[in-house]
Amino acid sequence: MNGVHDMGGMQGMGPIQYEKNEPVFHAPWEGRTLALNLAMVAWRKWNIDASRHQIELIPAADYLWMSYYEKWYARLVELLAKTGLVTRTELESGKVAPSSPKATPALTADGVPRMLANGTLASREIAEGPRFQLGQQVRARNIHPAGHTRLPRYARGKLGTIDRHQGAFVFPDTNAHFLGEKPQHVYSVRFAARELWGEQASPRDAVYIDMWDDYLEPA
Amino acid sequence: MDTTRRGFLVAAGAAGHEASGATGHGQGHDHDHDHDHDHQVVPSDLTLRVKALESLLVDKGLVDRAALDALIDTYEHKVGPRNGARVVARAWVDADYKKRLLADATSAIAEFGFSGRQGEHMVAVENTPQVHNLVVCTLCSCYPWPVLGLPPIWYKSAPYRSRAVIDPRGVLREFGVDVPEEVEVRVWDSTAELRYLVLPERPAASEKLSEAELAVLVTRDAMVGVAKVTLPQQGSRP
Repeated sequence: MNGVHDMGGMQGMGPIQYEKNEPVFHAPWEGRTLALNLAMVAWRKWNIDASRHQIELIPAADYLWMSYYEKWYARLVELLAKTGLVTRTELESGKVAPSSPKATPALTADGVPRMLANGTLASREIAEGPRFQLGQQVRARNIHPAGHTRLPRYARGKLGTIDRHQGAFVFPDTNAHFLGEKPQHVYSVRFAARELWGEQASPRDAVYIDMWDDYLEPA
Repeated sequence: MDTTRRGFLVAAGAAGHEASGATGHGQGHDHDHDHDHDHQVVPSDLTLRVKALESLLVDKGLVDRAALDALIDTYEHKVGPRNGARVVARAWVDADYKKRLLADATSAIAEFGFSGRQGEHMVAVENTPQVHNLVVCTLCSCYPWPVLGLPPIWYKSAPYRSRAVIDPRGVLREFGVDVPEEVEVRVWDSTAELRYLVLPERPAASEKLSEAELAVLVTRDAMVGVAKVTLPQQGSRP
């Protein structure tokens, strides 16, 4: 979706605010929010693409206003309700519904190191080889999906060159909506800065964007 | 679906006040006030709301408090840019390791035991006298957790995400790095599940330093590409 989260190339966001010796968390609730999000992932009720999309669904003005972990909190509340792990009534009352059976946590403390060390592989083995060859010129498709996509707006319609084969990966545009993994090749595509931004950019510079097969067409 | 800030905060916030027995605000006002949060204001009662949500999830048997503690402890104390610094220092002193790192960063980084969440598919990009690399995630906040830990606020913020791709040299100047015109700037937008680690240039006149001494010099910012690695006497970013 053409949301405000897709902000590459936007101007007017102000100066970068650098915090010296920044702590990992600025308040205990931030750490708890991160941990709650990670612990609930272990239930496998959603995937990383659905999870990213949930943050994109936060209305633009709120998205820009909210702090990072506030967005994570918002995302978790919505995912819990959407997947039925927690009912809206429970979220509103803060009390477990009497009819709700008590579950056993999907992630326990001794499972944490393994869960983090293993991660979640998004790569997949597929039979087809890559459609594009190294050095081949391609064009990023000019598409505007209303749902989740990882094709940034600033690259759409632009010419680039295949720089590297990254392997095949789950396709976020379908996976985010639970429409299947549709695994396909991902390429690192080199876009000359001038192709993206015109004469104001340096003739030497480039932006490399990881792109799924479905984002590209031969040029 | 009501995903507005007001909507969800009202929903989950009601739970917060009820469950924690709060009768007004005032609790949770003890944080955040010395920081400038990029024009973002964090409601003080998020402390209560997150506490209420945690209690609810624990009561339902969905989360284990000890697991939450372990997750927080991991990212506060165990995983951070010191990991990445060890990788960089090794690459500087061991040409074979550097070759492995640039060919297959995931495996080379795993030699240190660093792997997993948000670093499942790693790519290392090398700074040279001809090329300067800069990493961003314009769409969200993708960052190589196993080697750098959790991202700092500036990396996740709108100013950095929006400008890194259109004005990388301006962004770098803001960080105190002036990239000469003849040097190519490559920006890596982390749009997929690949996570990027910049291999900075080894500082000049560092031949006598050991691998461990070199690792001390390597900063998080240098591994994102917004700083250079310098010897202490040359001064570092203020």
